[in-house]
Amino acid sequence: MKRRQFIRVGSYGAAGAAVAGGLTTDWYGRYGNPIADPGTDGDRVVPSFCELCFWKCGILAHVKDGRVTKIKGNPKDPLSNGHLCPRGAGGTGLLYDPDRLKKPMIRRDERGSQVFEEVSWDAALNEVGENFERIKAEHGAGALALFSHGYGGSWMKHLFKAYGSPNIAAPSYAQCRGPREVGFDLTFGSGIGSPENTDIRNARCLVLIGSHLGENMHNTQVQDFADAIRNGADIITVDPRHSVAASKSRWWLPIKPGTDTALLLAWMNVIIGEGLYDREYIETYAYGFEQLAEHVKAFTPEWAYPRTGIEPDVIRRTARAMGAARPATLVHPGRHVTWYGDDTQRSRAIAILNALLGSWGRKGGFFVPSHLSIPPYEYPGYLPHDDQAADRPAPSDFPLADQVLAQGVCDATIPGVVGDSRIKAWMVYGSNLPTTLPDPENTFKAIQELDFLVTVDVLPAEIVGWSDVVLPEATYLERCDELYAPWWREPYVAVRQEVVPPMYDSKPGWWIARELGSRIGLPEFFPWKDSEEYAKTRLEAAGLDCDVMREDGVIVGKPGPLYFEEGALPEFYTDSGKIELYSPRLAALGFDPMPTYDHSALEEPPEGYYRLLFGRAPVHTFGRTTNNRLLSEVYRENEVWVNRDVARRWGLEDGERVFLQNQDGKRSSFSAPVKVTGRIRPDAVYVVHGYGRRAPKLRFVHGKGIDDNELITRYKVDPIMGGTGMNVNFVTFLRADAEEVA
Amino acid sequence: MSAVSYGMVVDTRTCVACAACVIACKTENDVADGFSRDWIFTATSGSFPNLEMEIRSERCNHCEDAPCVSVCPTGASHYGPGGTVQVTESKCTGCKACIAACPYDARFIDPRTGSIDKCTFCVHRVENGTPTTACQEVCPTKSIYFGDLADPESEVSRLLQERQAYALLPDAGTRPKHFFLK
Repeated sequence: MKRRQFIRVGSYGAAGAAVAGGLTTDWYGRYGNPIADPGTDGDRVVPSFCELCFWKCGILAHVKDGRVTKIKGNPKDPLSNGHLCPRGAGGTGLLYDPDRLKKPMIRRDERGSQVFEEVSWDAALNEVGENFERIKAEHGAGALALFSHGYGGSWMKHLFKAYGSPNIAAPSYAQCRGPREVGFDLTFGSGIGSPENTDIRNARCLVLIGSHLGENMHNTQVQDFADAIRNGADIITVDPRHSVAASKSRWWLPIKPGTDTALLLAWMNVIIGEGLYDREYIETYAYGFEQLAEHVKAFTPEWAYPRTGIEPDVIRRTARAMGAARPATLVHPGRHVTWYGDDTQRSRAIAILNALLGSWGRKGGFFVPSHLSIPPYEYPGYLPHDDQAADRPAPSDFPLADQVLAQGVCDATIPGVVGDSRIKAWMVYGSNLPTTLPDPENTFKAIQELDFLVTVDVLPAEIVGWSDVVLPEATYLERCDELYAPWWREPYVAVRQEVVPPMYDSKPGWWIARELGSRIGLPEFFPWKDSEEYAKTRLEAAGLDCDVMREDGVIVGKPGPLYFEEGALPEFYTDSGKIELYSPRLAALGFDPMPTYDHSALEEPPEGYYRLLFGRAPVHTFGRTTNNRLLSEVYRENEVWVNRDVARRWGLEDGERVFLQNQDGKRSSFSAPVKVTGRIRPDAVYVVHGYGRRAPKLRFVHGKGIDDNELITRYKVDPIMGGTGMNVNFVTFLRADAEEVA
Repeated sequence: MSAVSYGMVVDTRTCVACAACVIACKTENDVADGFSRDWIFTATSGSFPNLEMEIRSERCNHCEDAPCVSVCPTGASHYGPGGTVQVTESKCTGCKACIAACPYDARFIDPRTGSIDKCTFCVHRVENGTPTTACQEVCPTKSIYFGDLADPESEVSRLLQERQAYALLPDAGTRPKHFFLK
């Protein structure tokens, strides 16, 4: 004790010395305890924006002796506000991933054999250019399709528009956000977009339907979620799994999977029946209230209870909490919403509920975003092309799809699936289709039908192994991209700058697109020297200061009014000019004009099977980050969440490894440990998406955990917009004594 | 004027276990691959569907009566600025006595140097004009607070006065300076 005391007294003296001298010395000052500086502060700090996910947070990258040491949030950036999620902080794990694609490659054996020869850029680009020209000459421009995810893809989209192909697809639509955009557009006349215009921070009641904020780490949303918690918001989380968000909630409603629309209808029933809705707002802005009130009369909490498993009393009390906090009640629209094939109608139900609560355009609901208008670069007009994408059998199919359906383009590559196979070649940019599109066997079948497949990527993902030509792109820290000027709380523009020069023989996307353009006779679409000159031209045309942009990474404009009560204009771009509770447009197309719920369409798991649900870990953006060693130190492998009672019945121990096998006999390639938990319903299992990787060159994640996507052999297509509902597969457990298949 | 006493307060109500603190610490402090100076602890209680979950971002507690300091035979582990617990690499022999003595499992051997590594409360920042720790700076939920516990006006002191808080293993007698808000 005495010794400790002595040292303590001594050290307090030392602290004083430290302030003066920057060193801690002992009392006699002869040997010191220097404050060790890890030396990670940059000699240069470059502002840019992140691409570990697609939220695009402003960052400050520290560079010391030519090496990026650390990445901080840019305090001037309206999305990061100086803070980052773990992925953003771990961007160096991508930059310095030893598995990165280093040189252009051309396939030298049968497709999928992964036998490649490293070649020069010239040779690779010539090969791609010749194939693009040949495809166009033989089959027309529409025979070439682009799959793209990530901001660098803008250069490839530009190339494709110049080339004349309408088949520009992104799985972020039909495999993710599409139904939400269509559902909200049908109701309010505008979609949600990204970043979402949700006013989470000011919500007094926040309702999350399957949104796992906190595990899904869209930075600003999580910052705002913490604000809502601090402000004492009533949080209601509807999820078959006790998510992190559920643990922060006053109410957790462990709903039976697939029955959310029944709950939403019952909430409407109570909110209208008890007069909890915003009468004035509805009278002023909404169309079809009478029909809606009549429609939801039958959907009582007692009707919903046997369907959803949520007790009538809980439904009533949560509805009243929503009513009490309105209009600062936000029923969050979600983001990945392709679950059951009725997703547009469920999104409609969420939109209608928000309308009843008067939350659209109101503080604590949905703010009215604004946007900095930056003139586009002046190009010659894109070539006229055959307008109809090849993603659906007839133009009348999925009538409200307003983007190309990625799975449809894949199908249109296989003879006989959607008529003649109209697609002959793909370019795949940053989009690992075998883990992204449902039913990967179908994707592989389509790949084998292709005349030509080129991928542009930073890592040797599965799709890369199936390619004919591989073009290694520079990471987001090594390239300047298109300007980013989203619709947000305040109008602003951000720039992605080259923090360090591209490593290895990788090249930025703009360069790849430009070089291809010049090889296929489209140089007039790439008149700029580089993307920096391109960005400068646009910024100057907008009257913005390029030096400020370079220094700060962002330029923020004056925010407009955020809410109707502050003077934002209540404009609804629907046919009626009002919020359409009843949708004449849906009625005219032969769809339900108001959401309904058909319990008989909900398939029950066979005996011994459990519904397969999937989601996110906060340190990962699906498979894009799971090979990042820095991030994977925190979350190395996914686990199979199994309810405690189910585990007992199976005799499964926590940590025991299992394979999963689905209803069609498809077995996971690898095994994963079981997480025995009370945090999930007994009728479902859950895994984090992005594991079970089969790409052999991803050394840190290959063979780790289970890939949910290979078990998604079935999906239900949303008849309204073609989204692929993927939560319709059931799995059972196989003990991992069977040998793992490679 | 009383001496500065650095301490940390983590709000378990807002922490979502994202581990941004872990990654930011690793890059700020160039922590060895496979090791981290801070970590996420979660505990679930109850059974389906009546559950509670507690989430904490944890690290060295910078104890006032630190067994790692008293046990260190070379003086490498010592009390540094603001009463923080620090390790001087050049004096550390890697004997691991402190690893055994620490009730919080906050220490490890850095395989690159063979000496002890652990959280420093980012004294290289806070003693040189940046008043935040790296974990605090990155935190998207702003759940991590750092400051002078001896100053009653500081944010950490105020939070400890206003909110219910606890420290880990209070019975270990180490007088930790890392607190968690309920």
